[in-house]
Amino acid sequence: MTLMTKFLGAAAAVALSAGAALAEPALIFDLGGKFDKSFNEAAFNGASRWADETGGTFREIELQSEAQREQALRRFAEAGANPIITMGFAMADPLSAVAPDYPNTKFVVVDVTWISGDNIRQIGFAEHEGSYLVGMLAAMASKSGTVGFVGGMDVPLIRHFGCGYAQGAMAVNPDVKVVANMTGTTPSAWNDPVKGSELAKAQISQGADVIYAAAGGTGVGVLQTAADEGILSIGVDSNQNHLHPGKVLTSMLKRVDVAVYEAMKAGDAVETGVVNMGLAEDGVGYALDDNNAALISDEMKAKVDAARQDIIDGKLKVASYYENDSCPVLKF
Amino acid sequence: MDYMTILQILDSTVRLAVPLLLACLAGLYSERAGIFDIGLEGKMLAAAFFSGAVAAVSGSAWLGLLAGMGASLVLSALHGLASITFRGNQLISGVAVNFLAAGMTVVVAQDWFKQGGRTPSLSGAARFEPITLPGAEALRDVPILGPLYAELISGHTSLVYIAFACVPLTWWALYRTRFGLRLRAVGENPAAVDTAGVSVVGLRYAAVAICGVLCGIAGAYLATALQAGFVKDMTAGRGYIALAALIFAKWRPWYALLATLLFGLLQAIALRYQNIDLGAITIPVQVMDALPYILTVVILAGFVGKAIPPRAGGEPYVKER
Repeated sequence: MTLMTKFLGAAAAVALSAGAALAEPALIFDLGGKFDKSFNEAAFNGASRWADETGGTFREIELQSEAQREQALRRFAEAGANPIITMGFAMADPLSAVAPDYPNTKFVVVDVTWISGDNIRQIGFAEHEGSYLVGMLAAMASKSGTVGFVGGMDVPLIRHFGCGYAQGAMAVNPDVKVVANMTGTTPSAWNDPVKGSELAKAQISQGADVIYAAAGGTGVGVLQTAADEGILSIGVDSNQNHLHPGKVLTSMLKRVDVAVYEAMKAGDAVETGVVNMGLAEDGVGYALDDNNAALISDEMKAKVDAARQDIIDGKLKVASYYENDSCPVLKF
Repeated sequence: MDYMTILQILDSTVRLAVPLLLACLAGLYSERAGIFDIGLEGKMLAAAFFSGAVAAVSGSAWLGLLAGMGASLVLSALHGLASITFRGNQLISGVAVNFLAAGMTVVVAQDWFKQGGRTPSLSGAARFEPITLPGAEALRDVPILGPLYAELISGHTSLVYIAFACVPLTWWALYRTRFGLRLRAVGENPAAVDTAGVSVVGLRYAAVAICGVLCGIAGAYLATALQAGFVKDMTAGRGYIALAALIFAKWRPWYALLATLLFGLLQAIALRYQNIDLGAITIPVQVMDALPYILTVVILAGFVGKAIPPRAGGEPYVKER
């Protein structure tokens, strides 16, 4: 019996070491789904770029419900995946519970910066800085003096987006009116384009002529309605300018793809700790390509680039919603 | 709040109420015939996908509508087969339809279009365009009634007018025709209908088929009129709100119209005003979102009249053992 145990133990050790040598990275998408044309798709693009360049493979799962978060984390950790990259603020609690159980596995989480754990790389983006820049562009492009903001699920992260946007708009035009709406309070708010359309229509009737959608799949409806009604919209996370060429003013880029790519490239040697990706690190920014070149004048570009430099140099401070859970210029 | 704002909210109400109304009437036919149907959501979703897909490929919104109705009819037939022919549990069959639609649409969409479970964006004739009713622009300057006509009544897609026409049609079919009498009877007392020599199974299949057609129109409206294409889970629980509206309406067509318009109005107000400030207290947006369900519970609890479902609802008809 003891011999048998030893044999089994040895076999298990061999299997484990083999697993460790072949450790594949794993990617866990949030509820918006892999192809949300936004946040998760950016992660997928980063992972695909890594796979194309290195010929490596990665494991992936699209979460379907809240209950799957911890399950998926454990599944990948047990299977020897390393590092395990997770998307979204909602992974904070499951990750704090699971990570201590697998000290040899590295975890990467995007949009979380506040949990503790020696084996977790936490990547936070300065969304308020990127949103500030597109807010400036919105206020400069607006003829009515009213700009709109459509958020997805009403969570601090999305308020953080909206707060930066409002500050940027007000920096250009102190009298600008910012109409802000949230789609809902449940995860289905990330995938309700019909409601996104109605919100956009409601904001248009209140005078908004540029609408910024930070709402995952719901944003598709906002951009569509804006294009139908002949006003401008602003995309988020990925470059969404191509969805309606000439009708999307710009997109607030959040380089989740870069974050995921770098984590995968580093493999199981990825550095842990809190990483902040702001304007200085090119973690956020605004998109300029052929589709929106005609919409952004040289003057607008010069102003925004000057503000960008000021933020990097520390001369201009964009207030963060997280600092005291409220926005100085916008009430939600 | 000025007159134009009210009109805009009502306009939004109409757009939001139409899918609910169609699904509610669909459920009304089915449940009046004694077949409970919680698969409205799934049928709408399948119809939304197939109408979006066929419209994208063929470039015709009307072909898309037909495809949507077809897909919805197939799921209806499945529900009918399980619950009428094989006398299965109607709730379980309905749940199965919902799951089947939620999974199948995304898988098929990914296989056909490779856009991550979406259909390509529709444009031009592949979408239902708003119809401007005759004289809407000319009468716009008439005070009060002009804007009402131009903003609220004119400028919707043809499916909206079809949906509203379905209400009197349903009332007439249910209460003024022989078919309607038998349909209501089969939901109350199928044995009596059988004794009279009328096929219970035939009537129930007919009801389930009508339900499929109406859900098909609702789904096509979401994907090809309100939106420009299918997105996964785009029905976002509207099938369940329609069921709530059906109970709220006590299984009657005109009440169904009022109930869905009320629920649409609540949504429109919630979308327009995030938090309603009433001076002393502020009503958060969540209250407005939850109101349809709260109202339904109130009705079910018997506080406001009584909601009595068709007596034979949910029970398969067994002629002989």
